[in-house]
Amino acid sequence: MIPAIVVFLYLAVVLYIGIFAFRHAKSKHEAEDYFLANRSIGPFVFLFSLFGTNMTAFAILGSSGHAFSNGIVTFGLMASSSGLVIPLSIFLIGTRVWALGKKYGFMTPVQMFRDRWDCNHIGTVIFVVQAALLVPYIIIGIMGGGTTLSTISDGWVPFWFGGAIVALVVMSYVFFGGMRGTAWVNTFQTVLFLCFGVIAIIVIGSGMGGFSSVVQQMLATPTLAPLLTRERISPYYFFSYTFIPLSAIAFPHILIFCLTARKMQQFKKTVIFYPICIMAIWLPCVFLGVMANRVSDVPEIRAKQEARRVLATQGRNMPPEARDELREQAAGDDVILRLLERFAPLWLAGLLGAGIMAAVMASDSQILGLSTMFTEDVFAHYGGKARFGEHIQVQTGRLFVVLLTVLAYVVALRAPETIFELAIQYAFSGFAALSPLLVAALFWRGSTKWGALAVTLWTASAVIAVAVFQAIVPAPAPGPSTVIWSLGGTEILARTPGGTSVFGFMPVVPMVIVSALLMFLVSLVTRKPRAETLARYF
Amino acid sequence: MKRVLLVVAVVALYLLHQDFWFWRTAHPLVFGFIPIGLFYHACFAGAASLLMWLLVRHAWPARLERESEAIEAKEDANL
Repeated sequence: MIPAIVVFLYLAVVLYIGIFAFRHAKSKHEAEDYFLANRSIGPFVFLFSLFGTNMTAFAILGSSGHAFSNGIVTFGLMASSSGLVIPLSIFLIGTRVWALGKKYGFMTPVQMFRDRWDCNHIGTVIFVVQAALLVPYIIIGIMGGGTTLSTISDGWVPFWFGGAIVALVVMSYVFFGGMRGTAWVNTFQTVLFLCFGVIAIIVIGSGMGGFSSVVQQMLATPTLAPLLTRERISPYYFFSYTFIPLSAIAFPHILIFCLTARKMQQFKKTVIFYPICIMAIWLPCVFLGVMANRVSDVPEIRAKQEARRVLATQGRNMPPEARDELREQAAGDDVILRLLERFAPLWLAGLLGAGIMAAVMASDSQILGLSTMFTEDVFAHYGGKARFGEHIQVQTGRLFVVLLTVLAYVVALRAPETIFELAIQYAFSGFAALSPLLVAALFWRGSTKWGALAVTLWTASAVIAVAVFQAIVPAPAPGPSTVIWSLGGTEILARTPGGTSVFGFMPVVPMVIVSALLMFLVSLVTRKPRAETLARYF
Repeated sequence: MKRVLLVVAVVALYLLHQDFWFWRTAHPLVFGFIPIGLFYHACFAGAASLLMWLLVRHAWPARLERESEAIEAKEDANL
C-alpha cells in the first residue's frame, strides 16, 4: 500500500510539471511553441529528455527480464551497441536535421523528405508507415503502466484502473504542456531512473549478502554458469543486434525532439554523455536480472525458474500453445519488482517503484510525436492550417492527443499484451530499415523520391512478412531452430525460439541492407529532384 | 588525415564490439563479482563516450552551426 501511495504522489508531481509548463508557455496558440517548445530546449533538459525518450519500459523491466533468461549477454546485445550507434547517429544525422529545421522551419521528418525530394503523396506514404510502426509503443506503455501499478499495489489497483490513471496523467501533461511539458517530465523521470539503478543495486546487493558469493554459487551450478558468459547466443545474432539501434534516429519522435534544441551546441554534451547514461541504467538492471537466478526464497521467481526448466527439458514434446504458455510463465519482466519487494524497505520500494513508473510512462513523446506528425504532415499539408489558422491547428493537435490516448487505452484493455510486444519487436527492425532514408536525404544528392518510396514499401512488406511468418510457424523449444528453407546445406530461413533468422542473422540485417540497396539502385534509374532543390541542400 | 583517423576509430570500435575472445568464459571476475564479458562491455560504453568526445572536438559540423547563428542573428535584427 505504501509503495502505491508513493507512486501516486509521483504521478501528481508529473502532472503538476505538465501544467506548470503550460502556464510557462509564452505563445500558447503557436504550433512551433506547442509541438517544439519554440526550439528553445537547453543543454541539461535536451540531454536527459532525449535519453529518457529513448529509454522505454524496456530499459528497466525488459532489460532485467531479458538478463534473467539470457544472462550478461543482454548488456552487450542491447546497451553497449546502442551506446555507440545512437550517439553516432545523433551526431551525424540529428545535428544536420536540426540545422535544416532551423533554416527551413521543418517540424517533422516527412516535411523534410517532401521538400528534399520534391514529393507530395510519397511523403504521406512514409507518414502512414511511420505511424503504423509507432502506435504499438503507445499501447504497450499504457499496458505497462497498468501492470506496474497493479503489481506495486499487490493487486489493490486493478489493471484497468492503473492503465486508466497512467493514460490520463500522460494525456493531461501532453495535452497542456506539449513539447515543453513532455521534455520537463522526461528530464525529471530520467533523473529518477538514473538514481533508481544505483539505489537498487546497493539495496538488493546488501540484501543478498554481497554479489561475490552469489556469483561463485552461480558458477558452481551447471545450469546457471552459462548465464555469466555468452555461450548460449550465436555471434551472428550478437552482430545482428548492432543494426537495431539504427532505429533510434529513424523514430519520428526522436527526430522531432532533435529539432527542439536551442543551439547546435546542445548536441555536444548529449552525444558525449549518452553512452555513460546508457551504462548507468542498463548495467545495474542487467546485473540484477542475472543475480535474480540465485534467489530461492521468492515464490514468483522460483515459479519462473521451474517453467524455464520444464521448457528446456520437455519443451520439444509439447504442443506449441503449451510452450508459449511456459515461455510466458518463465518471462522475467517483473523480476526487478520481485527483488525490490523482497529486499527493499517499504518506503524505498515505493520510491523505486516510482522510478519504474518513470520508465514505463515513456509513451508521452510518442503520443506528442504522432500528434505533431498528424497536424503538420496531414492537417497542415492538405490545407487545414491555411483554411482554419494556426490556433485551430494546435487545438487539432490537442484533440488528436486525447483521441489517440483513449483509443490506445481501449485497445490495451482488450488485446493480449504479447501481440504488441511482438509488434514492437518488428517495429525496431522496421525503423532501422527506414534509416537509409535519412542517410540518403542528407548525404547523397543523387537520391530520389522513388528510391524513398521503394525503401518505405520494402520496409512495410518486410515487417508484415516477418510477422506472418512468425504467426504461421510456431517457435520451437529452446535449442536448435526449425529450418524452413536451406540450399546446398546452407540455412537460409529458420524459425528460432526467439524469432526468425535469415542466413543465421536477425531479419533486421537483410532488411537494412536491402533498403540501402533499393535506395541506391532505384535512385540511379529515376529522375533527380530539381537543381534549385538540390542547391538548397548541398 | 584527421577525418580518416576518426573514421578508422569508429570502424575499429564497432568491430571491437564483437569480442569473441571473452565469449565462453566468466573469468577473470573483476572486483571479485563482475564477469569479464560484462566488464568489457561496460568499458566499451566508456570508450564510445571518449570517441564521441573526439568526434565533437575534431569533426564538429561548424559550418552548419555558423549558418544557423547567421539565421538567428537575422531573425533578431528583424524583430
